[in-house]
Amino acid sequence: MKVLVPVKRVVDSNIKPLVKSDNSGVETDGLKMSMNPFDETAVEEAVRLKEQNIVSEIVAVSIGEAKCQDTLRTAMAMGAYRSILITSDELLEPLSIAKILQKIVEKEQPNLVLMGKQASDDDTNATGQILAGLLGWSQGTFVSKLELTSDKARVHREIDEGVQILDLTLPAVITTDLRLNEPRFASLPNIMKARKKPIETIALSDMDIKTTTRLEMLSVKEASTSREGIILNSVEELVEKLQNEAKVI
Amino acid sequence: MTALVLLSYEENQIRSTSRSTIAAAKKFGEVHALLVGHNLSELSQKAAKLEGVTKVLVADHEAYAHMLAQPVTDLILSIAETYDYILVSANAEGKDILPRVAGLLDVQPITDVVEVVNENTFVRPIYAGSILATVKSSDNKKLLSIRGTAFEPVSDEGGQASIEALSKVAHSEKALAQFVSVEVTKSDRPELESARVIISGGRGMQSGANFAMLEKIADILDAAIGASRAAVDAGYVGNDYQVGQTGKIVAPQLYIAVGISGAIQHLAGMKDSKIIVAINKDPDAPIFKVADYGIIGDLFEILPQLENRLANR
Repeated sequence: MKVLVPVKRVVDSNIKPLVKSDNSGVETDGLKMSMNPFDETAVEEAVRLKEQNIVSEIVAVSIGEAKCQDTLRTAMAMGAYRSILITSDELLEPLSIAKILQKIVEKEQPNLVLMGKQASDDDTNATGQILAGLLGWSQGTFVSKLELTSDKARVHREIDEGVQILDLTLPAVITTDLRLNEPRFASLPNIMKARKKPIETIALSDMDIKTTTRLEMLSVKEASTSREGIILNSVEELVEKLQNEAKVI
Repeated sequence: MTALVLLSYEENQIRSTSRSTIAAAKKFGEVHALLVGHNLSELSQKAAKLEGVTKVLVADHEAYAHMLAQPVTDLILSIAETYDYILVSANAEGKDILPRVAGLLDVQPITDVVEVVNENTFVRPIYAGSILATVKSSDNKKLLSIRGTAFEPVSDEGGQASIEALSKVAHSEKALAQFVSVEVTKSDRPELESARVIISGGRGMQSGANFAMLEKIADILDAAIGASRAAVDAGYVGNDYQVGQTGKIVAPQLYIAVGISGAIQHLAGMKDSKIIVAINKDPDAPIFKVADYGIIGDLFEILPQLENRLANR
């Protein structure tokens, strides 16, 4: 069984990026970039399935500037066999990304696309579902447990009231929740080996896909989170404040 | 302009997040509600009473019983043509379905909308809610998921919508997914998204058994119980308790964070609460920066005191 794992290069999720001074966008220059943590979970799951001999081949794919190579190297150090990089300097939306992935799926013919449920930068949570729709495939979103056999995938989905279990007909698109697993750190020998693994590079301009931007980012601003809080010395004081000052109990 | 709102419900109750979605939809013009599922007669009556809804479309068929993405998408696509806006709640169900519909309509969906600026401009959070982006859509049709905490829900009475059954079952012959089961966390407490008071525990709780201390306080305050991802990952409670970027987004009148350090991913889920109380032994914990009231100290001493004080107020 062949698995395609799309991975996104994002600002490291432990870093809080700042808004540009003219509010036109988010300042990402010079920040540490990493693999989207949700995609890391997807790579890890694919590698575990390969270790169990359920999956035979893992192909990682990334879309964006040339530096996405680093992200693909990480995926290959974790255990992906080879990679595809679609190069583009455009800012691409989930709809465009899904259209590009659709072409890659048609070319590679995987049985399964395994990817993060959202990216930690734009938090859209849409690419996997759009891709499943475009391909006419089944989808299993927000998956926290996956049991894969040759013809079906049993997924445990995190839903509002608990956990829903579905059997998906393959081929399928599965999007991963962080709870699915704990991604490994690549070992040094594997990092060295990953340097020799092949990356096929395709220019987006050669792919004949319309990627017109539908959402124009007009402005961004910091979300206000900090409050002028006060530290209280006792529970008595707290209950008094909640009753008489905040009037919430 | 007419907007279609996909209703979300649980056990014959329309979720308050759907009433918030209707509130957002009303900004665009006439609102029709779509009720999808099986054995919907009681829910249809309730839907018809929702304030601001003029028509309820009901698709009642066993193929829709579990709101699976593929059949519900096919159904929405079959009626999408007449609508300028299609809205869902930004919950697990809405997030599952909306992008699939959008892709097949060749529309870029706009998710987690927290503000409607005008007919084509919306505000949504990015980077775990630390930044708000204002985006303008050039798509002819707008597909939006609405964050319930950002819009005051419409009333569940006063509406007089007509009810129209959608007789043609629009799902394709071959189902791509089979429902196996659902494990529902049973609780007599209010649900997280609509609770007035929430008390949440983090890794500082040290065990799932210690959540009983939170339950006692929740009983007194009629509160829902939440948790940080750290507490969920440690196995203290199930994932349906999780508040944060990858869990539930809440905005109660009172949010009490106990033993939660305040990672940005957790703050993303609760920072819009009216009053935030933090109880933590680490004075440098980031949670204190977003709290209105803080107590620095050992939660195992503070919680029994708090329970006692609340019970005897």
